[in-house]
This record gives sequence, C-alpha cells and structure tokens, in this order.
Amino acid sequence: MTLLITVFAAVAATLAWYVAAPKNELKLNVLALMYWGASLMWFVDAIFEFVELKAEYFTPEPVEMLNDFFLGLSAVALGLVIWLVYLLIKDPKGVVRQALLRKE
Amino acid sequence: MACFLVPVAEAVITTVVAKAVKSKEEKLSLQKPDSNQTKLGNVKISWGRKLRWLNNMLWGGVALLAFEHLWHGEVVPWFPFLTAAADSAEAMEMLTEMATVGVAMAVLITSVWALMVIVANAFEKRELNSETKAQKE
Repeated sequence: MTLLITVFAAVAATLAWYVAAPKNELKLNVLALMYWGASLMWFVDAIFEFVELKAEYFTPEPVEMLNDFFLGLSAVALGLVIWLVYLLIKDPKGVVRQALLRKE
Repeated sequence: MACFLVPVAEAVITTVVAKAVKSKEEKLSLQKPDSNQTKLGNVKISWGRKLRWLNNMLWGGVALLAFEHLWHGEVVPWFPFLTAAADSAEAMEMLTEMATVGVAMAVLITSVWALMVIVANAFEKRELNSETKAQKE
C-alpha cells in the first residue's frame, strides 16, 4: 500500500513537471525524483517481502493495510514538506527574499 | 531494519563527486566559456546536472525510507539509533538485510539513473544532428 501510494505521488509529480515544462520555477523535478527514488526502494523491499511470504503478500490483514495506508500518506506529506522547504530555500522566483527585504 | 543505510552511503559519495564535478565544470567554463555547450547551441547536459538527478533520487528515497523505519520503531532518536543494533542476533540479521535489500536498492536506483543518462545522451545526440542538418541546409 505504501509503495502504491508513493508510485501515484511520483506519477502525479512527474505529470505536473511535464505540464509546467519548460518552466521549472516550482522545482517539481526534485519532488518527482524524490518520490521515484522512494518508490524504487520500496519496490525492492516489496520484492524481497514477496519472495519470503509468496501469495500471502497480497492478502494482508485489514489492520496492516490501514497502517500501511497511513504510512503511505504520511510519507507523501513528508515528501511535500521537504520539497516546500527546498523550494523556499532555493527561492527561484525570489519571492521569499523580496518579502523579507520589503520595507514596512 | 537498516537497509536504507546502503543508499545513504552511496548518496554521500555521489554528493561529494557531484560537488567536485560541478566545481571542475565551473572552472572549465570560466577558462573556455563555450566548453559546456556545443558549437551549435546549448544542447549539452552537464555531468553535474546528471549527477544531481541521482542525488535527488537517493536522498529523497532515503528520507522517506528513514521515516518508514522511524514509523516501525526500527530507528530511534537515542543511541545506538537502530533497535536491531542492541541485540547481537538481530544485528546479524540487520547486516544481512543491508547486504541484500540495501545493496539491491542502491543497484536499482543507480541502474535507473544510468538509463536516464543514456536516454538524455541520445536526446543530446539527436538534437545535435538536427542542428547540424539545419545548418547545412
């Protein structure tokens, strides 16, 4: 479930990057690559788990699924927060700098 | 358990390499202003930029996987930080997992990045060829 949610997030971020291209003011490529990196790592984890559990891997307990669902959503939220912090630090549009240096 | 530590090690190395490559490319572009570009236009993607793709995938994946380990209580904010490291039997299991799952993660991410670089190089080549053709005409 965590893998599935992260893959959806990666696809959404990649589509958003593609639609916004060639402009890259929001640094969506960073967000997309971050989610793809996590998806690939969880994919490897899933393969090893599948080898160990076989068919049982596809029939998890509802409590387990719910936990994985919350974990997936939390991981996506964490990714968004990391990306937002990165965007504000890099400040490609100079908005933060302008706001900080603006005289009252 | 601690499989994400292998990609962490790779990310540290690639970050250092990317910094070195970037400063080398900057020095080179100062010496020869058009060295980062082809004679025909701006179709060359620098190695510094290509390495940044790998870094973004590695650090991003590592951050989210570290969070997953924290969620499952496998990583704790106190010494020895990894719960499996406190017990020798579990530590052995953790090392085995790092050698199998961790290495496989690092290999897969690097392979996907290598594929991205191959595709980017093919695009560069195609762009260069079309520009050469356009100049001849």
